[in-house]
Amino acid sequence: MASEDKNKGLLAPFRVLDLTDELGFLCGKILGDLGADVIKIEKPGGDPARMIGPFYRDEPHVEKSLYWFGFNNNKRGITLNLESSRGQELFRRLATSAEFVIESYMPGYLDRLGLGYTTLNQINQRLILTSITPFGQTGPYSRFRASDIEVMAMSGCMSLTGDPDRPPLRVSFPQSYQWTGSYAAVGTLTAHLYRQRSGIGQQVDVAAQACLLWAFSHAHTFWDLNRHLEKRAGAYMTGRSITGARMRVFWPCKDGYLNFIIYGGEAGRKTNQALVEWMDSKGRAPESLKRKDWKSFNIAEVTQEEIDRMEEPITRFFEGVTKREFFENVIRREMLGYPVATVEEISSDPQLKARDFWQELAHPELKASLPYPGGFAKFSQAPCKIWRRAPLIGEHNEEVYCRELGFKKDELEKFKREGVI
Amino acid sequence: MHALEGIKVVEFAAYAAGPTVGKHLADHGATVVHLESRSRPDGFRTHYPPYKDNIYGLNRSGLFALCNNDKLDVTLNLKKAPRATELAKRIVAWSDVVIENFSPGTMKRLGLDYESLRKVKPDLIMLSSSNLGQTGPHANHPGFGSQLSSLAGFTNLIGYADGPPQMLYGPYIDYIAVAYGAVAILAALDHRDRTCNGQHIDLAQYESGLQFLTPLLLDYKVNGRVGVRNGNRDPAAAPHGAYPCKGEDSWCVMSIFSEAEWQTLCRVMENPAWTQEKRFATLEARKKHEDELDGRIGQWTVQFTARDLIDRLQDAGLRAGLVNTMRDLFSDPQLTHRTQWVELEHPEIGQMHYQRPPFLLTKTPPGPRNRDPLLGEHNEVFYKEMLSLPEKDYRELVEEGVID
Repeated sequence: MASEDKNKGLLAPFRVLDLTDELGFLCGKILGDLGADVIKIEKPGGDPARMIGPFYRDEPHVEKSLYWFGFNNNKRGITLNLESSRGQELFRRLATSAEFVIESYMPGYLDRLGLGYTTLNQINQRLILTSITPFGQTGPYSRFRASDIEVMAMSGCMSLTGDPDRPPLRVSFPQSYQWTGSYAAVGTLTAHLYRQRSGIGQQVDVAAQACLLWAFSHAHTFWDLNRHLEKRAGAYMTGRSITGARMRVFWPCKDGYLNFIIYGGEAGRKTNQALVEWMDSKGRAPESLKRKDWKSFNIAEVTQEEIDRMEEPITRFFEGVTKREFFENVIRREMLGYPVATVEEISSDPQLKARDFWQELAHPELKASLPYPGGFAKFSQAPCKIWRRAPLIGEHNEEVYCRELGFKKDELEKFKREGVI
Repeated sequence: MHALEGIKVVEFAAYAAGPTVGKHLADHGATVVHLESRSRPDGFRTHYPPYKDNIYGLNRSGLFALCNNDKLDVTLNLKKAPRATELAKRIVAWSDVVIENFSPGTMKRLGLDYESLRKVKPDLIMLSSSNLGQTGPHANHPGFGSQLSSLAGFTNLIGYADGPPQMLYGPYIDYIAVAYGAVAILAALDHRDRTCNGQHIDLAQYESGLQFLTPLLLDYKVNGRVGVRNGNRDPAAAPHGAYPCKGEDSWCVMSIFSEAEWQTLCRVMENPAWTQEKRFATLEARKKHEDELDGRIGQWTVQFTARDLIDRLQDAGLRAGLVNTMRDLFSDPQLTHRTQWVELEHPEIGQMHYQRPPFLLTKTPPGPRNRDPLLGEHNEVFYKEMLSLPEKDYRELVEEGVID
């Protein structure tokens, strides 16, 4: 598995024990992308998240979840029953040589097993324990259960999405777990840098609800500064003008939708001018748009009436444009705006191809090779990529327990019989 | 002691994608210098409401405040080459990390690309965060996150099945790139400490955003399925959605995945007759009659306040929540418990709620500790004391408009 290359990864010297469910999968994967040795620890029989769809060829099966494949690659996999005393002993042993433990159990669960931060800190003072939960380790909601939609609701995100006269919305493909996992990685590495310099490990308390506060940017500051409440506005955008004007974001075109926003500032001026020129080249720019002095146009003070007057001819123009035409023109004319892409269009995007973004990964047991999104960034002097596909259930039991912890094969068999692994 | 004390960061950056990375480092004690110019201040100061009391002003922006607490603000007009270029290099030589989010090519035109900067700081870590990446046929295309979120497929996944796409308020994808950017810098800093090697990081916000959609991208490649918006529906749960509660525009959410959870919900609802009907008996059946199911659930939830309802459902072991509004966030008991908002006094904004990180380091608690800086507020202290610029040079640079 190109291990030489992996040794050049930024986090190559470090071991991570990953006890998370889907709320925390991405945290360990990100550390793995950077070369860390991440060991996913599942309960015997496998993690329930292996049954989260979609599935390879639509066949629901614990070894065919594309969800599992996507967020658990770059991890090795072992099974371990943390509820058995032998299992706890094995885990403590693993923790002595690990730099990170990531977990997403209900607060207090690991303490009850004798594996909480106090114990882990005694065995390994340098250890960083990242605890990921929907709401945090302590506090009035700390014992609340949540899946994606509850996190999206409690973080305020849903209050900003949807039509004013219909229910608030989440994103149709769950997003909160990835927000949480990625921000957990930021916290984990912040603690890591401090540990490397001070020798002191600590617990990092990550709350999904709080992570998602970043997903809506600054909508809450309108309330904080001016007691103005930003709310869901359908296909429009609010909060860009102090007059309260709303701007259209999504415009129907010939074969789908376009994202175009009338912006102010220098970038907005260029875009608005370029659009009018484009419309004019097709004989579709009305005098009112052609005469507009974009230099003095101030989006922050624009009224609804002015916006409506501008949007009307643009609506008619976009109706006759295809997504591809729009994309070609925004690139060529250096305008702001993009088509509303589907996964199909993303898959054939020339920019991603030119940057070698996609990465083929062999799945020998499926006799297939799947194209994954590759590294999240390009580093000048270190690789950031996928080294291995997600683990099968217990795939690395022998490698980890026998070759690395020094147990004999018959002991491994005994663990299996006793339900420890 | 703060976790990142002693780390020095300089931002050639504006808006969200660059500066918010710096904010996360500043929250944990790094010294972060936000470079601006009076001839071209950060766009969040000039073009993005809200402004305090709806009165426009360079030091009245809530969005700038959100992304820049605990930083030093220093002016430098990069257009005044060569002296500005020299000064910029001197600042970089002082720093450990450069964060920039100009359009690709801009730093090079300014003589401040990674290769040039390495000459003055050989182990420099530099994050270049851009829309589509530093290379490739579309590299130079400028863009904002509110639109890149569409190119990256997110907005196609928000909305009702019968309606147009929608967005999640702002430049959604920018803040995904912020997390990845911070990860990249932190890992590179540790690596540098161990190996003395710096790093140039080419982060395309587009590519980091797509990480969040991996299963859907695989689903297309493997199964040919094109994922699309579908309201609040989830293929593995029913009921799953937002339901009306007592009060104006008040909503709760719940998600019922397993058979046991459905039975529990029926019990909490006191087993109304409709729940015994065959078309609601199994998940499969409920999925088939989901509009009707949602209607029935809504008729039940609307009798309660959202707060009362989630307590009932959570007490029964079910997943449920309420839809917090932007106002509610400031009084949410859990966020309050975590001191998610730190109130600090700002000379023009007054009391502002600054945002704490969503991850709390238990032994080195994060800020915010200091409000966001006014434009050019730290020119003297930074240039003279931290960079040790002689008084005479400083004065000259001010007169020439290099420090503006």
